[in-house]
Parts: sequence; structure tokens; C-alpha cells
Amino acid sequence: MDRPATTGVAKAEPTQAEQRQLRRELGVANVFSHGFLLLWAALTALPLLWMFLSSFKSDGEILSDPWGLPGALRFENWARAWTEAHIGQYFLNSGVVVAGSLTLTMLFGAAAAYVFARYEFRGRQIVYYLFVGGMMFPVFLALVPLFLVVRNVGLGNTWTGLILVYAAYSLPFTVFFMTAFFRTLPTSIAEAALIDGCGHFRLFFRVMLPMARPGLISVAIFNFLSQWNQFILPQVLMQGEDSKPVLAQGLAALAVSQGYQGDFSGLFAGLTIATLPVLAVYVAFQRQIQTGLTAGQLK
Amino acid sequence: MRHGKYPLIITFLVPPLLLYGIFVLSPYLQAFQISTTNWLGYSAHADSVGMANFRTLWHDGQVWNAIKNNAVMLAVVPVLTIGLGLFFATMLNMGGRKGRAGVTGVRGTAFYRMVYFFPQVLSVVIIALLWREVYHPNNGLLNGALRAFGLPAPTWLGDPRTAFWCVLAVMVWSNVGFYVVLFGAAMAAIPRDIYEAVMLDGASRWTTLRRITVPLLWDTVQVAWIYLAIAALDGFILVQQMTNGGPNFSSDVIGLRMYETAFGSETKFGYASAIGVVMLFLTLSVAVLALRTGRRDRIEYL
Repeated sequence: MDRPATTGVAKAEPTQAEQRQLRRELGVANVFSHGFLLLWAALTALPLLWMFLSSFKSDGEILSDPWGLPGALRFENWARAWTEAHIGQYFLNSGVVVAGSLTLTMLFGAAAAYVFARYEFRGRQIVYYLFVGGMMFPVFLALVPLFLVVRNVGLGNTWTGLILVYAAYSLPFTVFFMTAFFRTLPTSIAEAALIDGCGHFRLFFRVMLPMARPGLISVAIFNFLSQWNQFILPQVLMQGEDSKPVLAQGLAALAVSQGYQGDFSGLFAGLTIATLPVLAVYVAFQRQIQTGLTAGQLK
Repeated sequence: MRHGKYPLIITFLVPPLLLYGIFVLSPYLQAFQISTTNWLGYSAHADSVGMANFRTLWHDGQVWNAIKNNAVMLAVVPVLTIGLGLFFATMLNMGGRKGRAGVTGVRGTAFYRMVYFFPQVLSVVIIALLWREVYHPNNGLLNGALRAFGLPAPTWLGDPRTAFWCVLAVMVWSNVGFYVVLFGAAMAAIPRDIYEAVMLDGASRWTTLRRITVPLLWDTVQVAWIYLAIAALDGFILVQQMTNGGPNFSSDVIGLRMYETAFGSETKFGYASAIGVVMLFLTLSVAVLALRTGRRDRIEYL
């Protein structure tokens, strides 16, 4: 980051006065830029830090002094959110749904993308654009009929229904991204394998999928985050008493019930519990996540 | 060597196509048909009413109010987010001008990037609920600070004059970090010697940003514009969770109008679908407009 070696290579040696002048300007500029950078970092981190600290406070502390520190580490707030507010259950629900939908998305997405990228057949272009066109439409337009379709096939309020819907709505982008990725892979290896008598299925699973790993990881990260954070689809599809809400829904419900009960610390604890795993995964895989998400938007 | 490829094409393509057709394509197509009926939801009865829903829409003050709010977001959110994103990305990538002939990032770039980007991986629901508490009139972080300085403590989300702008600020807050990283990656691809030449010619930071960086990043800025414009036409989760469109519809957005019409106290499926169709056309026209007006020659460096 800090490379002092480059400082000495100015073309013409400046005079001392000039150098001092320059250094002062740079100093001001650096303080200036660091000031703004720090300010935004504080603006980003402060609400999250506050949420974390407030999750340990008692309701009295929250009400009396928003900027105060918690008097004790009250993990009972977390326990209450986890059990009484069912955050634990919602967590599990989200986990089950996303595990299923992510597997299905990647399997179907990679398979379809591979066919679009590597095989010629009649109508390929039309089918491809039909698939990828789904990226363009706002999900709101589909909500009403989707609700009816899922109910009519008997999957209303079920995990299976939600898994299928998540996967279906993740397919356009996955297919788009992976088709582009499979096209960048060399064809010679596949041809050699076919000449050696390798079957088409074996070729895909043993040769092409391993080669496509970097692309698969990027798109899997992208899909994981968007499915884990999904709110509108489950809100429409998992309604009613006997439904099994996912985490985002559970938090929204917690915010409503907290409003009635005045359980502020419980809400902060719930939000913190929902944030921490995401934060852990994010810090661990920061580079992949940043490149995965930005590549996702750029392609 | 292509014999035997059809079993693979069929096994690989038919299941995804079925899934996509049933849950994505058919709902979108049905939505158009439903939008021309007066269907009231759970009963099976629905009459075709032609374009009547769209005529009602044209005179629906609530819908226009929501569209107006989305239009304000469309005008403000992309400009602010891209502006801040470019500003911080510039600072991070070349804020530290070391000597005359060097362009380097500031110290701690990786740390800043990590912090800035984090809201992007959080669920929008968490962001909305957290900020609702930050804006809380009595025990919120914001008013706590204002009171400490002896300033008046407004009700923020409870005041029709401020509620909408509070939500809009959160939208910008949660998006800036993503575009810092996006622009930063694009800036890293610009050859260093261009900047060194510009600096030797004595250009100021502002000139460098305006005349060199932004033109070279134009493709990326354009993509950012489209995504932010689409995000500004949505805003549903933030608004629903922070204000539920209130007070007195002052922070309403079109997505919330549609959701409330379909799944709120009434279930006007026909009318809601008509609002959905309007949303589709708004989104498509904004995307096309952004692509058209922003078209410039692509710059490639070797």
C-alpha cells in the first residue's frame, strides 16, 4: 500500500522551497481525503455497531440513553430473540430453503448454460433469449399470478414451493452468466475427450464442470446472497397461520411485535443474530464476494 | 463426433425450461391478461373489462403520488450514489499523491472498502429495521446525538415533510459502498501512465476526475445508472418496513401501492396487475433511455 520507493523518482529534483510547498499541499489533501473517507466509514459502521451494542442493553438503557454503553453483556436478550421470537427457527427455515434452492439453481443453471454455450440445435437463440429475458422484468408484475400458480400446483405455504420459485427466478441470471463463462473455456479439451470416447454426460461432469469452477463460485455467491436476503417472494408465497417464515420475514414480524411489547433489546438482538453470520462469511470471503457481486452487475 | 448429443440436450434443458416456464414465464404472461379484468381475488369470478383498469389508474391520485415519489428517487438517488461512489473510489485509488510522478491509493484502502461494501451483503429488511430505530424520535441514535448538541429533535419518519427523504437517504447509504468497489475495480484497469502524464501537466484533482476518470469509466457509470434507476423505481422493502408509505402516503412508492392493492386489506388482483404492467413499462423505458442517452464510443486500452 505504502510505497516510499516511488516518491524519489520525480523527474527533475524540485528545490527545497518547492518541495515544502508540495508537501504542505499533499498534507492538506491527505487530511482532506482521509477526513471524508473516515466520515463515511463512521457513517456506515456506526449504525451497525450501535445495533450490536444495543442488543446487550436493557430496555431502560435503550430508552434513557441511546449513545450509552450497555451496563452488562445481557446475552439473555439474544436467548429471548432466539427462542421466544423464534429467530432460531426462522434461521433454520432460511437455511433449509436456501440449501435446496441454491443446489437446484446451480445444477439447472449450469446444465442449461452448458447446452446453450456448447451445442447447436434448432431454436437455440430463441430459447436462450426467452430464458435470459427474465432478468429484465420487475418481479412485482409476476407476484399475483405467481401466488396463484404456486397455490394451484398445491405448493402454497410449502418449502418445496419456495425452493422451486427461488431457483426459477435465479435461473435467468445464472444461465446468462454461466453461458458466457462456458464460452470462454477452450474447446480443444472437450473435442479431445469426445474423440477418446468420452460420453457427453461424462464430459460435462468430469471435464467441463471442474473447469468452470471460478465462474460457478462467483455466481453461487451472488445467488446465495440474493436468495438468503429474499423478502418479497416469501412474503407473498408464505402467508397465513401455518406458514414457515424465512429469516427476513421473521425479522419483519419481530419488528411488529416488538412495537406492541416495547421489547427494543429483543429486536436489536434479533437483528444482530441475523447480521453476525453474514458478517463472518463476508469477512472471510471478502474478495470473492466483492468480485462476485460486482462481476454479476457488470456482465 | 456429435452423435448422441440429443439425450444430453434434452435432459439438461427440459427441467430448467419447465421450471422457468411454470414459475416465471407463465406468471408474467398471465399478469397481462389479469390486468384487463376486474378480478377481486379469492373468488373465481372475473370479467374482462378491457382497458378500464388503466383508465382508472390514470385518474388514481394515490398511484400518481407514488409514481411522483419514485420519480424523485429516480432523479436524486443515482446522481447522489454515483457522485459519492466516484468521489470515494477516487480518494481510495489515487487519493495519496506521492511526489509528482506517482499515483497511489491512500493508506487503509482495503479496510475502507471492506466497511463501505458491507451494507450490500445485508438483507434490505435488516437495513430498514435498523434505520427505523436510528431515526426513532426518542431513543434513536440520530436524535440522541442532536440532543447532546442541544439541537431540536425532529420525528423524522413520523413527519410527512421528512419521512420520504429519510428513506431516500438510507437507499443511498446502502448502495454507495457497492459502487465504490465497482468504480474502484474499473479505475484499477486505467493505465497508470495516463494519470502520471496528466499530473505532470499540472491538472488538479477535480479536472483529472472530470476530464480523465469519468470519461474512461463511462461504460461502468452507465451500468451503474441503469441499476440505480431500476432500484429507485422499486424501494418497496425500505418503504414498507420503515414507514409503510406514511405518514399520510408521503413516502409511498409504486411497488408498495401494487403490493397493498393485491395483498393488503383488499385483493384487487386485476387492478394490481395493471399497476404491475405500468411498472414494467416504466422500468423498461428507463433502462432504454439510460442506454440511449448514455451511448458513447467505447474506449479500449491495449
